[in-house]
Amino acid sequence: MERILTRVNLVFLIVFNCFISVEAATFHVKPDKDNLSIAQAVQKANEGDTILINQGIYLEHEITIDKPLTMIGVNRPVIDGQDKYEILFVKGSQVTIKGITFSNSGTSNYMDLAALKIMNTKDVIIQDCIFENNFFAIFTNNSQNVQYIGNHLISGREKGKASANGIHCWKSNHLIIQDNIIEGHRDGIYLEFVTKSKIENNQSIGNKRYGLHFMFSHDNIFNHNVFSKNGAGVAVMYSKRVEMVHNEFSDNWGRSAYGLLLKEINDSKVDKNLFTKNTIAIFADGANRVLIDSNQFVNNGWSLNINASSADAKITNNNFIGNTFDMATNGNLILKLMAGNYWDKYEGYDLNRDGVGDIPYRPITFYSIIIERNASALMLFRSFFVKLMDKAESLLPNLTPNNIKDDTPSIKRIKL
Amino acid sequence: MKKVIKYIMLDILRNKIVLAYMICLLLFSFGLFMVEDLPEKSLISILTLNLTLVPLVGIIFSTMYIYNSSEFIELLVAQPIKRKTIWFSMFIGLSFALSIAFLIGCGLPILIFSPNTQGLTMIVTGVLLSLIFVSIALFITVYIQDKTKGIGASLLLWLYFTILFDGIVLFVLFQLLEYPLENLIVGLSILNPIDLVRIVSLLKMDISALMGATSAVFRQYFTGSIGYLISYGILLLWIIIPLLLSTRKFIKKDL
Repeated sequence: MERILTRVNLVFLIVFNCFISVEAATFHVKPDKDNLSIAQAVQKANEGDTILINQGIYLEHEITIDKPLTMIGVNRPVIDGQDKYEILFVKGSQVTIKGITFSNSGTSNYMDLAALKIMNTKDVIIQDCIFENNFFAIFTNNSQNVQYIGNHLISGREKGKASANGIHCWKSNHLIIQDNIIEGHRDGIYLEFVTKSKIENNQSIGNKRYGLHFMFSHDNIFNHNVFSKNGAGVAVMYSKRVEMVHNEFSDNWGRSAYGLLLKEINDSKVDKNLFTKNTIAIFADGANRVLIDSNQFVNNGWSLNINASSADAKITNNNFIGNTFDMATNGNLILKLMAGNYWDKYEGYDLNRDGVGDIPYRPITFYSIIIERNASALMLFRSFFVKLMDKAESLLPNLTPNNIKDDTPSIKRIKL
Repeated sequence: MKKVIKYIMLDILRNKIVLAYMICLLLFSFGLFMVEDLPEKSLISILTLNLTLVPLVGIIFSTMYIYNSSEFIELLVAQPIKRKTIWFSMFIGLSFALSIAFLIGCGLPILIFSPNTQGLTMIVTGVLLSLIFVSIALFITVYIQDKTKGIGASLLLWLYFTILFDGIVLFVLFQLLEYPLENLIVGLSILNPIDLVRIVSLLKMDISALMGATSAVFRQYFTGSIGYLISYGILLLWIIIPLLLSTRKFIKKDL
């Protein structure tokens, strides 16, 4: 009997031991000196362990995580790069970082210094972190399945300190960028060679260059983002199959600012967005087969400036309200379809009361053609003469392109 | 001189046309501010009003007034008053009356709804435009004896400054498309006070961003302390030169 009991005990002990080794350990890091530093904790930790960082300021730099770990800040600890160093490198997969403030990374254009670098890895989650006063905030390189959720990135407040991109991603795929707020960086979100990603519900406000800037990035979806007060708006370049839905582009106002710049974009969709008070709401150059549907254009300088290098665009069911110029182009533009839009400048009639105007609307005015050909004619901007000529041209179209017209303009504002 | 100015001013202010002009401006301006939710948009609409109605009323009213008071002028000339004094009093009386009408009609609503530098620019340039076209009217009346011809000439001049000049500018700009036009457009804008006022007012507004590089050219010349000196100096010259020319003619003129 005694033997059996010992044996059971032994089995129990072995099982229990196994259990301990499987269950993750938790390390506590506190700011006082005698305790573990973050770097030491990371080194000690095994795969799957959790590191809890307590409230306080940590002057550590170049901490490298190269194994699956969870790092959680308790009451928002601050890791300070002292304006000299990079703070954290993530090189291992399955890393989760939550609730930590990264501040004051070093600045160097040569080295691309960043507060947080994610390199050659996958399955990383960055959540509820704050990035303050960094050069690059998050720099992602050659990674998959990275999620950036609910972070707040602010930079550019300190005078004389340059700032680079907020969320910078290069050669990655399946990223999820969600619920982030990005302010004062150079580009809010920068994507290059990033595919099959989702950018959702972010606010990119007051960045020095573009709110969102992306190149060579195919099959991405942007929805419910706000891009506002950025130096040059949003630039989408050299990409295919991009979906831009339910975004708000506002107050991108300045001499070379755009709401949305589409350059060499193919087969993309601009749908249900709101454009308010941008110098040029959508500027398209070499954008082929783009669908512009159900958007609101309110109080912009130009709503659409589509260069003749863009072919087969479809412009349907949009509202154009209070824009200085509804549309401009530089040459012989060919559209696939322009129909069913509401134009506040439309002066036609609807005799059969079906809600569709009986005569076509021509969004390109005399003056918008003149200034495309000769920019100096902007000297006559808002002059009585120009108003008169616009009126005359709309009555007897002569100079304006014949094929760019909305044959079925909506009489009433479209409810979106 | 004071007495003459007083008589002329009282005479004009009693005139129902000036009152109608004032009420018209007042209604337009208040209406525009009420309809638009953004004051800047209303200011832009008021600018159009400024650039068409103010010169029109300024030039036509002044021309008619001077022709109609030719007997009064002859009477004054018979008195021991210098001709120069009479002519200046005429100018001051007319411009004072029209400026007051403008200040109450447009200035008051602007001060209420948009009391900032944009509004202030609008008020100052509006007053200057009134004075410029009074001065041009004096110039016309002193050179053209016949009333019908004179009024015709002032109407034509108004048409020239508001529409024809801009047409010519556009023509010239397209003729010289291949050349650098930066300095030319600045030079052209100086030749028309209405264009100059429009550009100076637009430069104060956000909407000037739409003018792209052209606004940068104008900004270089017409903003900053020296720029203001240049632009307002030119507007003052537009008042002074026709006034002095007409005075010289009036002194020697056989009435």
